[in-house]
Order: sequence, then C-alpha cells, then structure tokens
Amino acid sequence: MTIAVESAPASASKTVGQRLPAPSRAGDVFSERFTMVMAVSIFALIGLILYELLVGAWPTIKTFGFSFLTTSSWNPVTEKFGALPFIYGTLLSSLIALLIAVPLSIATAIYLTELAPLWLRQPLTSLIEMLAAIPSVILGLWGIFVMIPFLSKFVYPGLQSALGWTPFFSGPIFGIGMLSGGIILSIMVIPIITSVSREILSSVPNLQREAAYALGATKWEVTRVAVLSYAKRGLFGAIILGLGRAIGETMAVTMVIGNSSRISASLFAPGNTMASVLANQFAEASDDAFLSALFAVGLVLFLVTVIVNLFAQLLLVAAGGNKHGKLA
Amino acid sequence: MSSPSTTAEQLAFDAKDVCVWYGEKQVLFNINLGVRPKSITAIIGPSGCGKSTFLRCLNRMHELVPSARLEGHITLFGDDLYAPTVDPAFVRRRVGMVFQKSNPFPTMSIQDNVVAGLRLNGIRDKAFLNEQMEKSLRLAALWDEVKDDLHKPGVSLSGGQQQRLCIARAVAMQPEVLLMDEPCSALDPMATQKIEELMQEIKRNFTIVIVTHNMQQAARCSEQTAFLFMGKLIEMDSTEKIFGNPSQQQTEDYITGRFG
Repeated sequence: MTIAVESAPASASKTVGQRLPAPSRAGDVFSERFTMVMAVSIFALIGLILYELLVGAWPTIKTFGFSFLTTSSWNPVTEKFGALPFIYGTLLSSLIALLIAVPLSIATAIYLTELAPLWLRQPLTSLIEMLAAIPSVILGLWGIFVMIPFLSKFVYPGLQSALGWTPFFSGPIFGIGMLSGGIILSIMVIPIITSVSREILSSVPNLQREAAYALGATKWEVTRVAVLSYAKRGLFGAIILGLGRAIGETMAVTMVIGNSSRISASLFAPGNTMASVLANQFAEASDDAFLSALFAVGLVLFLVTVIVNLFAQLLLVAAGGNKHGKLA
Repeated sequence: MSSPSTTAEQLAFDAKDVCVWYGEKQVLFNINLGVRPKSITAIIGPSGCGKSTFLRCLNRMHELVPSARLEGHITLFGDDLYAPTVDPAFVRRRVGMVFQKSNPFPTMSIQDNVVAGLRLNGIRDKAFLNEQMEKSLRLAALWDEVKDDLHKPGVSLSGGQQQRLCIARAVAMQPEVLLMDEPCSALDPMATQKIEELMQEIKRNFTIVIVTHNMQQAARCSEQTAFLFMGKLIEMDSTEKIFGNPSQQQTEDYITGRFG
C-alpha cells in the first residue's frame, strides 16, 4: 500500500501534478483489502469445515477410538460402528477405477501429444475435457439403465466363467456392486488423468525429443526414451490427482455400488464407499450416536482426500520444476 | 552399421539443387554443396539464412516439422538419403547430431546417456557398451572429469560438460558424420575452447559439419566454409580463402562485420 502512494518522479509531478487533482487511491486500497478478505475466507472455510467435522465426530472418536477404523460392524440399532467396510470399499473401488482409467488415459494423452494429426488434437482434447462436465447423477442414471444391464448380460458372465475360480469373481451377479462402482468411477477419472497427463507430456521440451530422434530412434522409441521417462513424475501426479477424485466421488457410485455394509471378496457383491454411505444414510440418521459415526466417516474421507490431493500437487509442482530446472 | 568404401574423391555429403519449403515459404534455394570427408566444414551466415535448416536436411531432422518439404538430392558417401526406401531413422544412425543447447536425458546417468543410442539399436552386450562408453567419453575429453561419477545423472554436470556428454552420446553411435548446430552458443569461452579442441580430435575419424554464427570459430576450426544468405549459398571455398580473399562482395561484407 505504501508503494502505491509514492509514484511518478518529482519532475513530472511539478508540471502535471499542479494542474490535475491528486489521484484517489481509494480504489487500490479497497480492491486490495476486499480481495484479500475473500482469499483468506477460503482458508477460514476449510478450517471451519474441519472443525465442525471434528466436533461432530468427537463422541464416536471418544467411544470407539482407533477401532472405528478397524472394525467392520455397522449397526445403528445396537449403536456399534466400525468404518472398515466403507474404507475398504473406497480403496477397492478407487483401485478398480485406476486400473481401468490409467492405461486408457495415459495412452490417450500420448496419442494426443505425440501421434495424432495436428488438426485432431484440439477437438479431441476439448471433447475429453467435456466428459468431465457431465453431472455425476447423469452418469449414475446411465450406469443403472445402460451400463449395468449391458455388463451383466455380456461382460460379467464371461468374467465369471473365466475367473470364477478366484474369490474375486465368484458368487451371484447382481449387476450393481463393487465392480460396477469401480467402472463408473473410472469413467469419471479418465478426463482428469488424461488432461493433466496431456499437459505434462506437452511440457516435455522438444529438445528432448530431438535428442532421441538424432540417435535414430523411431517414433515410439522417442516417446518411451525421451518423453515418458522425462514426464514420469508428473504422470504419477496426474494419477494421484485422479485417485483423489475417485475417493471423493459420491453420486454416481452411490447409485451403482449396491450399498451394503458388508465386506465381500467378490467384486460382483454390493458394497459401499465412505462417500456413498454418507449420501445414503445422513437422511435417516435419527439419533446422536449414528449421526456422530457418520461425521467420523466424513472426517476420515476429508483427511484422506486432502492428503491425497496435497501429495498429487507436490508431485505436479516438482514435475513442473523439471522444465525450469537444470535443463534450461 | 555398413561403412561404404570411401575413395579419396568421394564426398561425405553431396547436395544437389536442394530447395526447402516450410508450408508456402521457401527457405532454401538451389543449394549445391559438397562436404569433404574427415574434415570440418563450417556453415556461416546471419540468423534466419537457412543454415540450421540445411544442416537438418543432412540427417532429415527437418522432417520433424510437419509442413517441411524438400526438393533436390543429397547423398551420403554415394547413398541417396532421400530414396523412397530409406528410413529417416536409419539416416540418423549414420549421421549424428549435437544441438545448440545440451540435451542429455535427465532420467539417465552419465554412462546411460552415452550408450543411449546403442541401446536404442538393440545392443545389449555389456562389455561392448562399457568399452564404447569409455572410448566415447575419452574422445569427448570428458572421461577424466566423470570417470568416478558415471552413475550420477547426466544433468548434474556443468553446461560445458553436458554439451561434451552429448558429443560423447553422438560419437558412441560411430556415425559417419557429426552435425553440430551452434554447439557452443550457450557456452563460456573456456568450455567453447575445449569443444573446439576435441573437434580437431574427432575429425581424424569423423566428418564434421558445424553451423555457427561465430565467425572466429569458423575461421579457427574449419577447413572449408560455406556462406549462406537468405536461403542461398553465396560462396563456398577453403576457410582461408573465404576469410582472406572472398570472391563475393556479400561474403566480404558479412565477414568484415558490415552486416549480419
């Protein structure tokens, strides 16, 4: 603020300043303070959310302590609460989502930056980013009415006859279930992993590609030796960012995962994620102990997503630093 | 790698009527230029005269620009580089290149950088790779400085060392020609001197074509000099003749600093 007051050199102020009224700095002061308050309020909001979650979850933390995370009975009637089935469901559905989304996304990003004809790159990129704009409830509806009937008719029976001897693909096929939840999630994380990976790959300096070309590398060898190895840390960041999205994603998963609070080995069996149990059960949480248990689930989910996202940001910043680092 | 028999008269490169366009814009006009083997040929000229483009035509690197188009013929020891059956990747295995800015692979160690090209060509024999690695680093005058740090990342070296690492990486492929695109423009005088010294060493075995905007460098290092201006070859002769008694007025104006 003090910088703004002392402006124009003295000689100029003598000639110009004598004729014109002194400029008002009110706008500067106001805009600086206003924007600062707005920016700070975001931090305050996050802090308040964390505080409210802690307060709400406190009775549960006091009663169950660490065993809340490690036991799997979830019984509002007997007021016994263990979040393990939801933690398990969140981790498993996110893992399934990443297993499907990562190869698809990275391959797409490679095609977009290295191989696709130039005129195709921009439209394809926009299209993929548009996929991220589809409201998740619509994806959920599509999941229930299109994806699940299709999968349970054409895909799941085949999976079961091929891999039914493992516990993961045994048992009855309901259609809704952990695997369907993971597949819906994969559709939701593909746009973010693809677009961040695309940015990471296109930030690889051309000089790196030329280095490989000049050694007689083919196009794929250039991609492998010069591009992917240069970008691997950033790509890992993109994947973790996708993981963060998968962990927190709620609506579409809730609609297709089956909402059962039991842990089953079979991917065809219904399950629940932390996010989906919150969406499903908050409306019916009548007594304080039940509500507090849900708050505790929310707290765990909040902490996990914050940590995962922070980790992803750190990786991406470090990968971005590559550009301006020793090579430049 | 096949090494065709070279007679004393056979040129390393023989460019005939080379014209290049980027999209609609023509950047090289009927270049006719011969490069003698086991010597250093310098290409000089002001920025934008097409000297880097011409250099890139010698290993078909200009094809990385999608709109680039070339007419004319270039032979490498008698082999047509632009014959329809020739794979550009194969051309680049015979013609190495060093760039303006050093570009070691940042995820690779010093030794892996040197043998990166050999590995790309499918060579897995450890003893051979190690032998080539040491030989190339010695040729690039880098061995004594890095022999105890071969496992460190290539980008941990200084700028001049990185550029010599890139030279080692290029010569490890045992190319027939080494193209250098302003290899010292990002380096200090000491590092530049080192690279100029090792060029004299390298030319015993390889042909070198160097693009430089540093006229003293061309005068110091090369046997022949070509002067390009606005996409045209103005004059090519022995370096002594070009810098002592050029036959074209434009060449004289350029080397005496009247323009460019």
